[in-house]
Amino acid sequence: MNRRVEIRNHQREIYYFRLRLALSLGFVLVMLFILLGRFVYLQVVRHNYFTTMAENNRISVVPIVPNRGLILDRNGVVLAHNFSGYTLEITPSKVDDLDDTINQLSKLVSIQPRDRKRFKKLLAENHDFESLPIRSRLSDEEVARFAAQRYRFPGVEIKARLFREYPFREETSHLIGYVGRINDKDIDQLEEDDLLANYRGSDYIGKAGIEQSYERDLHGTTGFEQVEVDAGGRGVRVLSRTPPVSGNSLELTLDAKLQQVAEQAFGSYRGALVAIDPNNGEVLAFVSKPGYDSNLFIDGIDTDSWDALNNSPDVPLLNRVLHGQYPPGSTIKPFLALAGLYYGTRTATQTVSDPGYFTLPGSSHLYRDWKSGGHGTVDMFRAIQQSCDTYFYGLANDMGIDNMHSFLSRFGFGKKTGIDLEGELSGLLPSQEWKEKRYHQAWYPGDTISAGIGQGYVLVTPMQLAYATATLANDGVAYRPHVVKAIERDGHETPVPQPPPIDLHLKPEDIALVKRAMVAVTKPGGTAVSASAGAPYPIAGKTGTAQVVTIKQGEKYDASQLSERNRDHAWFIAFAPADKPRLAVAVLVENGGHGGSTAAPIARKLFDYYLLGKVPQPLPMVQDAGGAEHD
Amino acid sequence: MIRRLWKRFIQYLDPVLMAALGLLVLTSLLVLYSASDGSWARVLSQALNILVAFGAMWLVANMPLHYLLRSAVPMYVLGMILLVAVALFGDISHGARRWLNIGVATVQPSELMKIAVPLMMAWYFEKHEATLMLKNYFIATLLLLLPVGLIARQPDLGTAVLIGASGFYVLFLAGLSWRVMLATFVAGVASAPVLWSMLHDYQRHRIQMLFDPTQDALGKGYHTIQGMIAVGSGGLLGKGYLNGTQTHLDFLPERTTDFIFAVYSEEFGLIGNLILLGLYLFVIGRGFVITANASTYFTRLMAGSITLTFFTYAFVNMGMVSGILPVVGVPLPLISYGGTSMLTLALGFGMLMSIHTHKQLVKT
Repeated sequence: MNRRVEIRNHQREIYYFRLRLALSLGFVLVMLFILLGRFVYLQVVRHNYFTTMAENNRISVVPIVPNRGLILDRNGVVLAHNFSGYTLEITPSKVDDLDDTINQLSKLVSIQPRDRKRFKKLLAENHDFESLPIRSRLSDEEVARFAAQRYRFPGVEIKARLFREYPFREETSHLIGYVGRINDKDIDQLEEDDLLANYRGSDYIGKAGIEQSYERDLHGTTGFEQVEVDAGGRGVRVLSRTPPVSGNSLELTLDAKLQQVAEQAFGSYRGALVAIDPNNGEVLAFVSKPGYDSNLFIDGIDTDSWDALNNSPDVPLLNRVLHGQYPPGSTIKPFLALAGLYYGTRTATQTVSDPGYFTLPGSSHLYRDWKSGGHGTVDMFRAIQQSCDTYFYGLANDMGIDNMHSFLSRFGFGKKTGIDLEGELSGLLPSQEWKEKRYHQAWYPGDTISAGIGQGYVLVTPMQLAYATATLANDGVAYRPHVVKAIERDGHETPVPQPPPIDLHLKPEDIALVKRAMVAVTKPGGTAVSASAGAPYPIAGKTGTAQVVTIKQGEKYDASQLSERNRDHAWFIAFAPADKPRLAVAVLVENGGHGGSTAAPIARKLFDYYLLGKVPQPLPMVQDAGGAEHD
Repeated sequence: MIRRLWKRFIQYLDPVLMAALGLLVLTSLLVLYSASDGSWARVLSQALNILVAFGAMWLVANMPLHYLLRSAVPMYVLGMILLVAVALFGDISHGARRWLNIGVATVQPSELMKIAVPLMMAWYFEKHEATLMLKNYFIATLLLLLPVGLIARQPDLGTAVLIGASGFYVLFLAGLSWRVMLATFVAGVASAPVLWSMLHDYQRHRIQMLFDPTQDALGKGYHTIQGMIAVGSGGLLGKGYLNGTQTHLDFLPERTTDFIFAVYSEEFGLIGNLILLGLYLFVIGRGFVITANASTYFTRLMAGSITLTFFTYAFVNMGMVSGILPVVGVPLPLISYGGTSMLTLALGFGMLMSIHTHKQLVKT
C-alpha cells in the first residue's frame, strides 16, 4: 500500500514537474517573442529615425565661411575689402583663470588696455563657449611667439581669418556702414528670415549702411564639408564638400574722388551733402559730417572709443543724410513756386508788393521778411532770386496747406525717397489731417504761412532735398535715388534694376521759369552770388536757412549774439550745368548761418571737380585710381 | 584505435548541444573581431577563454553525477565564506567591492555562486524530497537570499539578478505553491518603495533611465541610447560585417563585453537577430529536453535551473541593449568577451551534458 502511494506520488511529481517545465517553456517563448517585437520595432518601424540618429552621430557638418563681397566705387576704387590675418582667440569656458591667462598672453603678444576692455565687452555680449578675439591682426612674429608657447594655453587659439577693412574710414562710414560680430538679436532676425543655416560659421554680419542693406548679396553662400567623426569628435575622413560661394561684390554709384572733394570742402563744419545724377538717380556723393572710423566696430568697439563717439556733441554716429531731419527753410521756395503755377495761385508775371512783412487779414501779427524794409515789388522770378519771404507767405496762404501738401509730396517731401539703404526717415510734410491726428488741433492759417518759407512743422532729410532738387533739374522726371549700381556675380556684372522714372507732368514753361530764377540766384542780385563767380558753366541754386532757435516777435536774428550751436543751419540746393544738368546737390551746413556763404561754396567745389576735373587739394587716397573721367 | 579514443573522448558530450554551442562561440569570435576593430589579440584571447571553458565543460560532463551532488555543500560554503571576505576585505573597482585578492590573482566569488547556489538548493530539495513542506521552501529561499543579498550589496545588480533568477527557477520547478508565489509577489510590489530606498543611487538612475534614457543622453542614458541607435540603424539586413558606424567610430560603449549585441545587431540586422534568437532557442530547447528526461529530482531541478538561467542571461542582455530593461551589467552568453562568464556558462552546460549522458549510460 505504502509502495503504491509512493509510486503514484512519484508519477504525479513528474507530471507536475513537466507541467511547470512546459509553463517555463511558454514563458521563455513569450519573452523571446517580446524581444523579437522590440527588434522589429527598433529595426523596422523606427529604422529611419535611428538611421538619422546614427548619421547625426557620425557626420559632422563643418561650415566653410564664404568670402564677403567687396564694395567698390563706380570707378573700381575699393571701399570695403577683406584681408587675411591672424587673431588670438580665447574660449572662456575652456579657461580656468581668464585674467591670469590674459596676463600671461600679454607677455607674448601686445595686449593693450583697450583690447582688454573690448574683450570684456565681447564677453558680456557672447556665450562663454564661443571663441572670442582678444587681439586681431597679429604680426608674424607674434604668431610665431605664441605658437611656441601654445601648450601653456589651453582654450587659446590662433585663427586665420578674413578681416573687413574700410580704407576710407570716416569718409565713407555713413554710406558703407560696417560689419560687426553676430549677436543674439541678429540671430533672432536671421532665424525669422530663415537664413540662419547660411550663417553657420559666420562671425560677422552687416550692421549699418550698405553692409547692412546689401547683407544678402555681400554675405555669399556658406559651403559645407561633411566630415565623418568618431565619438571623440575627431575627423576621420571627408565625405563630401560643397564649396562656399563668395558674396557678390557691389559696384556703387558713388564716386570716391567726388566724395573726398565733398568731405574736404566741409572743412571743420558739420553737416551733410548728397549729390545725385539727375538723369538716372545715381548717388555720386553721400557725406555726413562728422563720420567715424567704421573699422573700430568690426571686432566690437572698446568702451572708451564708444563713449567718445556716443557722447560727442557732434553726434558722429548720426547719419545726417538719412536720419537728420531739418526745416528746409527757403530751399522749399522753388517747389512752392511750381505749386503756385500749377494751381494757378500765381502767374509768372503777377507781382506782389513787399513792405518787409506780411499780415493776415484782421490780424496784427507780423510775418517778417528776412530783409527789413522788404524787396519792393517782386514777381515770381525775383521772389526766388532774392528769396523774398513776403511773396511766399502770401502764396502759401492763398494756396492753402492741403494743396501745398499734395503738390510737394509729389517731389518726395514727407515721404521716403526709396533709396536702397535701410532706415531712411521720411521727414515731415504737414497737412490739416496730420495735425489733427498728431496734436488733436485744428490747422491755423499761421501754420501755412510758416510752411511757406520751409519753417514750422516742415522737416526734410538732406536725401529728400537732393531727390527733389534732382527731380526739378530733370524737368520733373524723378529717378529713384540709389547707391548700388551693379552687383557682380561670378565675374558677371548685373546692373541693379531700377523702377521706371516717375514723370510729374509739369509744364515745361513753369519749370523753365523756376530754373531761370534759380540760375539768377547765383548771379549778381541773387542770394548766392559766390556760388557761380567765375564758373564757366551755369549753376542753378537756392539758398536756405533753417532756424535752430526761434526768434521772438520783435527781436532780430543776430548771429554774433548766438552761441555757435544755436546759429542757423545753412542750406544750399543746386544743379549744374543749369541748361543740361549732370549733377544735383543738397548741402546742409549745421550752424553754418547763411546758405550763400557757407553751403554754396561747398557745392561749387563739387561742381568744379565733377564738371571740370578741378581738384581743390591733393586727394590722399585715390591719387592713382581711375583717370580724368570728369572733364 | 584513434576512433575508439575519440569515441571515448566524446562519449559524455551531447552532440546536439555541442553543435549549437560551437556555432555560438564561433559567432563570438566573428563579432569580437569587428567589435575590437580587428584586434587579433582580443580574438585569440577569447579563443583561449573558449578553449579553457570547453575543457572545463568536458571535465564536468565526464564527472559522474554523485560528484556533483557531493560538491554542492562545500562549494556553497566556500562561496559564502569568500563573499563575506569580499564584503570585509574586497578590492574596490569602479565603485563596487566585487574582487578578492588572494595573492596570485583576484577572484570574483559571485561568479562561483552562479553555479553553487542552484546546486546547493537542488541538493537541499533532493535531500528532503520525501518530506517536502513549506518550511523546506523557506529554508531554500534563505539559502538563495543570503548570497544574493551579499552580492546586491557589493553592488553587482546583474549577478544578483541572475543568481536570484536561477534560485527562483529551482524553487519554481521544485513545486513552490502558486499561492505562496502570488503572496510573495503581492508583498514584493507592496514593499517596492522600501526596496527603492535601499538601492544605490547609480542603480536608481539606471532604473530611471529605463523609462526615459533620453533625459540624460550624454550621461547615464548614453549607453542605452547608443545601443538602441546601433540596433535600430542596423535595420532589416544590417550595415554589413565590419561596417557598423556606431561600432567603428567608438559611439558604442563596452562593445566587446556587455554591449556586443549592439555590434552584432548593427552589422547583421533583424535577420541576424532572428538567427541568434534561433540559436539561443535551440540551446534552451535542448536544455528543456534534457531536463524533461532527467532521472532524479536533483538533476531535474539542476538541469531546469541551468537552462532557464541561460535564457535569463540572453534575455536580460538583449533586453538591456535594446532598451527594454535597465543596464545591469549582464554579458551576452557565449558571445561577450570574457573568460569568467564563459567558464561559468560552460560549467553549466557540462552539468547538463553529464545529466543527460550519464543517465543514458545507466539506462543501457
